[in-house]
Amino acid sequence: MTQRKALALISGGLDSLLATRVIQEQGIHVEGVNFFTGFCVEGHTHAIRQKDKDKPKRNNALWSAERLGIKLHIVDIVEEYKEVVFNPKHGYGSNLNPCLDCKIFMVKKAHEWIEKNDFDFVITGEVIGQRPKSQRKATMPVVQEESGIHDRLLRPLCAKNLPETLPEREGWVNRSQLYDFHGRSRKPQMALAQKFGFEDYAQPAGGCCFLTDEQYSVKLSDMWQSRGEKRYELDDIMLLKVGRHVRPKANFKLIIAREAGETKFMRGYRKQYPSLVITSHGGPWTLIDGELSEDDLMLSAQIAARYSQGRDAEQVDFDYINTNGDVRQLSVVPMHPDDIDKAWVL
Amino acid sequence: MSEKSTLDCQRLLCPMPVIRVQDHVATLNPGDVVEAICTDPGVVNDIPAWCRINGHEVVEIREDEDDFIVVVRVGESA
Repeated sequence: MTQRKALALISGGLDSLLATRVIQEQGIHVEGVNFFTGFCVEGHTHAIRQKDKDKPKRNNALWSAERLGIKLHIVDIVEEYKEVVFNPKHGYGSNLNPCLDCKIFMVKKAHEWIEKNDFDFVITGEVIGQRPKSQRKATMPVVQEESGIHDRLLRPLCAKNLPETLPEREGWVNRSQLYDFHGRSRKPQMALAQKFGFEDYAQPAGGCCFLTDEQYSVKLSDMWQSRGEKRYELDDIMLLKVGRHVRPKANFKLIIAREAGETKFMRGYRKQYPSLVITSHGGPWTLIDGELSEDDLMLSAQIAARYSQGRDAEQVDFDYINTNGDVRQLSVVPMHPDDIDKAWVL
Repeated sequence: MSEKSTLDCQRLLCPMPVIRVQDHVATLNPGDVVEAICTDPGVVNDIPAWCRINGHEVVEIREDEDDFIVVVRVGESA
């Protein structure tokens, strides 16, 4: 008998881990796919910050794949994904999260993958009612229809609440051994994890995508507004994840490292953005995004000085380094905290 | 004769360095060696995890100033 093959969407969270194991238990060969949008939240993104250095720096999708003993294909969809972020047909959630369009897009890509690689069906860890935007009973058929995958999409954790799919009808998987989870409770998943012996699995409090994060969405909106259009490159959305973003004027913003780990990371951008480096005191690396007048440059240095160890000094000295590496020395009086408009800090 | 190549993954946050290594390894032969030069400290966990899953060998991990350098030998299943 031909062994059937399934591709699992692996986010790194518990649900996809369980859904995959449920299908493996039925003798199906499973491989995983993890789509990288650029907005993914991963432990080591935070690992740039020294304060998180004691937290595990693992990639949860890789960790899941290793626990499951499956191959994982990590696919860069950064460019294609932009259209999902710019123009989500089904709209945004509470922030700039296009969750339903995102799910449709990922299932569509997974469908393309199985057709190319001669796999039989796709599985996801979706659970009806788990997420208010994308995982509702009404949206389940929308994902199937608009992705073009139709009944080759199986959701093992809630399959019993849904119409039969091709793998069930054909007897590739036994429907009676699938599950009927629904709602926001995590207890059934935790019980199943215990049954399978999974411990130490990821439980991200804010989901797995920065677009669900309010502060991140504010910074992204600000970037689009300053550019006059919805546009980004990978470096842009990476830099939105680090530093303190301060926009004192429409024509430029400062990205001020919050600690040594971020300074180290941001130094890597010194050939793309001019930098302000404090020489007289300890202090953060600052990148400048935008076109500056002489007054703007001095204002930038005053603000950056405010966040340095020289905040109370009469004078703070800087090296201003342009993207060619040319250095110019300047000195400023640090800005008083009361003079920093709260609206500047994104 | 095995080939040795270098991948610039500086400034890339995980999992991009892993994707770069994955896509590059797909073009190589068993025994070839690739040296990934990265700045995200997460690579010292992620590239080895990817190698374990896919049957490749991590030959060396070292730090050089701001860089984390991971050297991978392509496995037989490639």
